[in-house]
Amino acid sequence: MGIFEAILLTVITAATPLVLAAIGELVTERSGVLNLGVEGMMVMGAACAFIATQVTGSPYIGILAGIASGALFSLLFGFLTLTLVANQVATGLALTILGLGVSGMIGEPYVGQSGIKLPQIVFPVLSDIPFLGAVLFKQDLIFYLSIALVAGVNWFLFRSRAGLKLRSVGDSHASAHALGINVIRTRYLAVMFGGACAGLAGAQLSLVYTPQWVENMSAGRGWIALALVVFSSWRPWRIVAGGYLFGAVSISQLYAQAFGVGIPSQFLSALPYLATIIVLILISHNRRTTLINTPASLGKSFVPDR
Amino acid sequence: MPAEGEPANGLLLAVGQLTKLFGTFAACDGINLDIRPGEIHALLGENGAGKSTLVKMLFGVLAPTSGQIVWQGQPVRIASPSAARKLGIGMVFQHFSLFEALTVAENIALSMDPGVSLSRIAKEASDLSHAYGLPLDPNAHVADLSVGERQRIEIVRALLQNPKLIILDEPTSVLTPQEADRLFETLNKLKAEGRSVLYISHRLEEVQRICDRATVLRHGKVTGACDPRKETPSSLARMMVGSDVAHVTAEGTSAKGAVKLEARHLSASARTPFAVSLKNICLKVHAGEVLAIAGVAGNGQGELFDALSGEYPVASDDVILISGKPVGTRGINARRLMGAGFVPEERHGHAAVSALSLSDNLILARSQSDRRAFLGGGPLGLIRQDAVKMAAKRISAAMDVRKSGENPPAGSLSGGNLQKFIVGRELDRQPTVLIVNQPTWGVDAGAASRIRQALVDLAKSGSAVLVISQDLDEIFEVATEIAVISEGRLSDIYPASDLSREKIGLLMGGMYGKTETAETAHAH
Repeated sequence: MGIFEAILLTVITAATPLVLAAIGELVTERSGVLNLGVEGMMVMGAACAFIATQVTGSPYIGILAGIASGALFSLLFGFLTLTLVANQVATGLALTILGLGVSGMIGEPYVGQSGIKLPQIVFPVLSDIPFLGAVLFKQDLIFYLSIALVAGVNWFLFRSRAGLKLRSVGDSHASAHALGINVIRTRYLAVMFGGACAGLAGAQLSLVYTPQWVENMSAGRGWIALALVVFSSWRPWRIVAGGYLFGAVSISQLYAQAFGVGIPSQFLSALPYLATIIVLILISHNRRTTLINTPASLGKSFVPDR
Repeated sequence: MPAEGEPANGLLLAVGQLTKLFGTFAACDGINLDIRPGEIHALLGENGAGKSTLVKMLFGVLAPTSGQIVWQGQPVRIASPSAARKLGIGMVFQHFSLFEALTVAENIALSMDPGVSLSRIAKEASDLSHAYGLPLDPNAHVADLSVGERQRIEIVRALLQNPKLIILDEPTSVLTPQEADRLFETLNKLKAEGRSVLYISHRLEEVQRICDRATVLRHGKVTGACDPRKETPSSLARMMVGSDVAHVTAEGTSAKGAVKLEARHLSASARTPFAVSLKNICLKVHAGEVLAIAGVAGNGQGELFDALSGEYPVASDDVILISGKPVGTRGINARRLMGAGFVPEERHGHAAVSALSLSDNLILARSQSDRRAFLGGGPLGLIRQDAVKMAAKRISAAMDVRKSGENPPAGSLSGGNLQKFIVGRELDRQPTVLIVNQPTWGVDAGAASRIRQALVDLAKSGSAVLVISQDLDEIFEVATEIAVISEGRLSDIYPASDLSREKIGLLMGGMYGKTETAETAHAH
């Protein structure tokens, strides 16, 4: 295997959790809900996926556990912000802190255990294509799922009627309510989809990226995913572009160290965040497209007046 | 004639004793109303009379507390807007329920049967809109459309459901006279097809022109049912307000003094993608004058106000002059200190902070200009609550502001009363220049006439007043001079007596070319 193939493979592994968490958050935000608890849901997903895998011996059950824990955790967020109309920003931050704490507690007995890595699914014939074959068609299930989810979300949001309703709720919840769309139910579903995706991203971390449990192993990826959603200006395919860009930046620090490039490793670890800031500045220039794509009700609570 | 409980046969809709309570407050109190097939029925009333609450119950947005709705002889419970649509009731909201980030076709699709494809909806919408003389591009983003075009979307959206009853909530408040005429043609077409229209308005002239019957509401109760064509505007107004509406007199305001407010070739680029840039605006307002700037919403009124008030100062000082002094780069407080006063368009969140009390709102606006009266403690700038409260009380008394309690939060006042307070807050200082944007937008007739009279009186006492308004009735009541803004350009200034509604309409239509405009106007 050539060095470029090896680099590409690591970039994919680093980018997949970002793409997954971001595509889920994109759907949540398109419905007008800002869930800053991505980091917390992700780390819960990582812990539960690892524990379930260790207990049952099947990483696939681990994936399901990761998805379910993320969705359940987001349901808590939904109950607080949608039913009890708590402030979304504060609740999201609390969710992150809670997730980091709870995952550390339930994962404590599993620290140091070596886990089971999710097996690769090899597509015959296609994987024999030189260079790209090994990169694209010799991957684990979660990678394939991440691409399928982006395509599915793109279709759902811009081609299906249910997606149109979701976008309308995010654009103006009062108008959507006046048209008879169930705003709260739509948002609950969107929040839970976001939680499930964050949980799946966490499962990727503890089953693929490094098959073990380490406390706080999401290491800020939830925040990058949040930034990615803004970076993509709420368009699904740009999440893939952004996710892979951020993944590449974070991987480059490892290679820079390995090859002894004289850049401090701290600077390289800071690069993804720096890139986020630069991208945020750049996209704010093109205000028209941003305004058309930005959910206008983002972060605003809705109380129907009946 | 309202149905008395027992619906007569042949009625499309009969509402009996319909009541909606919010807490202990009855927004609608035992309303009776009936609508026949193929009629245009007016629902008249001031703001807060319960018109919007009533139609929201008819469209399933609000649930009635008690009473019954009989649709085509059958008692019904309308649980949601989609239930209303299924019955055959369509609604065009006053504050449009449109989604700015979506296209026209997507907006329409949201209220349609999910089985229909977007491309088919786009085609049907386009065909229907042309058939009724309301052309629309189904692929345009709503954010890029004018208010009139947005209203067309709402109407086409309602029509696509093939409704038997269409409810229109204050539809002409945002239209040019020509656009309104077009709407009336559409309504007559609908009537000819046997559909009924419930037309909500407080514009009496329109109601008399197009409506067959009228039901008048006041304080949540029906105060009259009549044939509007047999009534006079003043008799209708009496039913709405409960007393005669004071007539605004603008006499004696023609004496011209020195130029108090001037803009010299004022240009400003658009700050946001949806804003309008100002292009070479020249205007002069003399002492004793009321200059009214007419125009359809979204043609640069807000931007002009921002530039003149100093909310967004412009790049060079000498394009705006107050009392002859250049102020273009100065902020609001600097301009206030020179004797100017400002009333912006939005009451909530711009002119007033809804959650703060009236006295707090007063100090927010005038902490600099009335520093000596309101602040004490030297550099500490402690608020003299007593002095501020006294002033708030004085303003409330002078403008007849009706409120619950001594010093309630601004948000608890009705639109008209809050607007009276906000205008009064500026008038209280006797400003030499007063700039107001849409002073009576969404304000009831009584409050509106009070505010207009106050503006006229201020000019009479020797101040220069600039009124930006979309309401032509208002403009003809208060203005001594009129100009029209269109796409960020200002027309020449004409004496009010030289302009007719039709000419203003042509100027609004964007014929800004100065000399050509006059010629075109005469040619018609």
